[in-house]
Amino acid sequence: MIRYVLGRLISLVISLIVASIVIFAVIEVIPGDPAAFMLGVNARPDTIAALRAEMGLDQPVILRYFNWVTGMLQGDFGRSWTYKTPVADLISDRIWVSLPLAIYALFLSTIIAFPAGIYAASRRGGAGDITIMGATQLGVAIPNFWFAMILVLLFAINLRWFSAGGFPGWDNPLQAIKSLTLPAIALALPQAAILARVMRSSLLDMLGEDFIRTARAKGLSRRQALWRHAVRNALIPVLTIIGLQFSFLLAGGIIIEQIFFLPGLGRLIFQSISARDLIVVESVVMLLVFVVILVNFAVDIAYAAVDPRLRTKT
Amino acid sequence: MTLLAIKDLSLTIDDTHILHDVSLTVAHGEIVAITGESGSGKSMTALSVMGLLPHNANPSGSITLNGTDILQTSEPDLCNMRGNTMGMVFQEPMTALNPVQTIGAQVAETILIHEKTSKADAQKRAAAILERVGLKVPPSRYAHELSGGQRQRVVIAMAIALRPKLLIADEPTTALDVTTQARILDLLRDLVREFDMGLLIITHDLAVVANLADQIVVMQKGNVVEAGATAHLLAHMQHPYTRALFGASSHMVELPPTLASSPLLAVTNVARDYPMARKTPLGPRPMFRALEGITFQIDQGERIGLVGESGCGKSTLTRAILGLEDVQSGTITVDGAPVFTGKQPNLDVRRKMQVVFQDPYSSFNPRHRVDRLITEPFHLLPNPPTGTARDEAITNALRDVGLSPDDATKYIHEFSGGQRQRIAIARALIIEPALIIFDEAVSALDVSVRAQVLDLIADLCRKRPLAYLFISHDLSVVRTVTDKVMVMKAGKIVEQGETETVFTNPQHQYTQTLIAAAPKLPAITV
Repeated sequence: MIRYVLGRLISLVISLIVASIVIFAVIEVIPGDPAAFMLGVNARPDTIAALRAEMGLDQPVILRYFNWVTGMLQGDFGRSWTYKTPVADLISDRIWVSLPLAIYALFLSTIIAFPAGIYAASRRGGAGDITIMGATQLGVAIPNFWFAMILVLLFAINLRWFSAGGFPGWDNPLQAIKSLTLPAIALALPQAAILARVMRSSLLDMLGEDFIRTARAKGLSRRQALWRHAVRNALIPVLTIIGLQFSFLLAGGIIIEQIFFLPGLGRLIFQSISARDLIVVESVVMLLVFVVILVNFAVDIAYAAVDPRLRTKT
Repeated sequence: MTLLAIKDLSLTIDDTHILHDVSLTVAHGEIVAITGESGSGKSMTALSVMGLLPHNANPSGSITLNGTDILQTSEPDLCNMRGNTMGMVFQEPMTALNPVQTIGAQVAETILIHEKTSKADAQKRAAAILERVGLKVPPSRYAHELSGGQRQRVVIAMAIALRPKLLIADEPTTALDVTTQARILDLLRDLVREFDMGLLIITHDLAVVANLADQIVVMQKGNVVEAGATAHLLAHMQHPYTRALFGASSHMVELPPTLASSPLLAVTNVARDYPMARKTPLGPRPMFRALEGITFQIDQGERIGLVGESGCGKSTLTRAILGLEDVQSGTITVDGAPVFTGKQPNLDVRRKMQVVFQDPYSSFNPRHRVDRLITEPFHLLPNPPTGTARDEAITNALRDVGLSPDDATKYIHEFSGGQRQRIAIARALIIEPALIIFDEAVSALDVSVRAQVLDLIADLCRKRPLAYLFISHDLSVVRTVTDKVMVMKAGKIVEQGETETVFTNPQHQYTQTLIAAAPKLPAITV
């Protein structure tokens, strides 16, 4: 197990190095001057030269890469060109919205999907199964922003239980969680629908396995065999989907952030791209890549925790 | 005293009749074997007793176990009986265990669901049972760390943990090597005596049946055609099907004599290494030596057998001979040309060799018609026949293997297992190769079909000089279809020689063990 974790860690570090090189290369080394790009076509040459100097573009490529990486390692992501503030401050403000929102949505999606998937699988072909599968079909088909608008209409405008948007900050945690609830539900519903379907089909695969028959021959009822022998084996594909969904939820919630006026990472990256602020784009993309790789690492560890066969492999 | 009485059991699944009026009894301490070919209803009879039939099954008649009629018992009561009054062991030990639970926990589960006892007590008892079934690894292990034989011991331990009155074993040794099979059968026999259990064993292997059972029940197409005490039944077979079955099991073929000829395949001092998982993340990969010092030769028209247990390197050797993988040392040549020539296959060599695999279904593309399937090797030829020449080749190849030319336009799912294997042989023969490799080619077939395919092979030998390497774990088959035999163990050939000499007077200790372990049919006059 220790060897397995060590192997995954090494692969994590290598992935990070490769990702940082690719992001750096795409934004800085590819033809076209970043400074000229950021300033637009009508910029005066001396303004461009000044920005080049400020961004350190007159230094050799290798040196710039190392400065960028070592800077990030120390928490220095550079200075935003449009906001005129350190990128680190911009990110830290937004990550405290996006990260809790993603975790909240994932939590909701999981607690909806697991019981739904297991219930549907245990009553395959029955009314419960058909109802749940029909609902998930809708959940997959309907975009999350539509859910978001319906939720606002119902709970914010008609019932007035929640505010329609905005984020009050974490000074009052209860208020903060309340303001994240509607966006989290909107994000979670389509994800839950996918996850429930994966859970159901994975479970049904497992229920056809020989060891389920063995368990039944021992005297376990259908339901006991499902809970004790099928569920844990069915988790592997489910974990994969959860990992992918978390990555999506962290940065992909941009439309939801827009609807609910949440100052999240998605909005930051969208605004930075619109404003051609490559310094912010570069750093936020690197941060997201880092989180995605970290989540994959966590999923790998979870695989091994679930399945002993993986622990002996490197 | 009767423990289990099945009376007039009939079974339909979705209006298909599976069983017709099956009746049999099992007494305490008695071993009853149900035998017959695939589709005869053996397993369905067993599942009926366990109450584990599929949803859409509709049984009638009665199954009385220890005074209770299984067919009239509610599902919760059946759950109480399964694992407690009756236990079951299945064919596939590789998949019968839950991969994410320790073997100890899985055995303890049988105890925990039927008795109100502590987890610690159940685990202690589970460990004792695992020891009783002869498992020499700790209960904290997982199934993937065990061999097939060890896994089957775990499955048996789960089934007998509560000393059931009836144990049902469905092909318990079919997936195992002969030496392992012998030990598992010994274990089952001992357990029956010790616990005074009834054992209902299902097997297609008549040699196993003859050596183990007190009573034999022969089934065909859902009917019991003959039943009786073993010695009596073997001596006085009444039903033609029983006779045919036993006749096919001990089927021998006449091979035409080989003519002295030139060497075809030469394997010289071959070694093959496989890299294993690294011990440390960036450390060197340790190597596993799968083949070592393999040297032998096959002459034109010569028929050689290769026997050995799973994992001994038979498949590795096959891949090396076919030139699919490189070897680490030594040479393999066909007519003097090397079989492995890097990424670009040497077509001159490839067209001289063809292979017939074990599974007659999965070795064909189900979306192609038979004519396309059997002409696949034509791509090895410089000028493959087209038009009428191609049609003629297809017709001849199908006729040669005893099929009709009309079969060319059918799909593979339209054929039975034996016919599929004939098609596989037709595919191998169509470019008239000098050497055919039969890789467990008859192992998945029923005895009567196996006898037919063996006849076909002998027949083909009479029509043309055919050299083959016949790889099998079944010693009796190898004995009848080969001139010479090689015995392989742990990547080495431990003995080779004339087939009859090796079988009648084995020199190496391993060969002796193999031959002793293989169950033999008693001499029967059919």
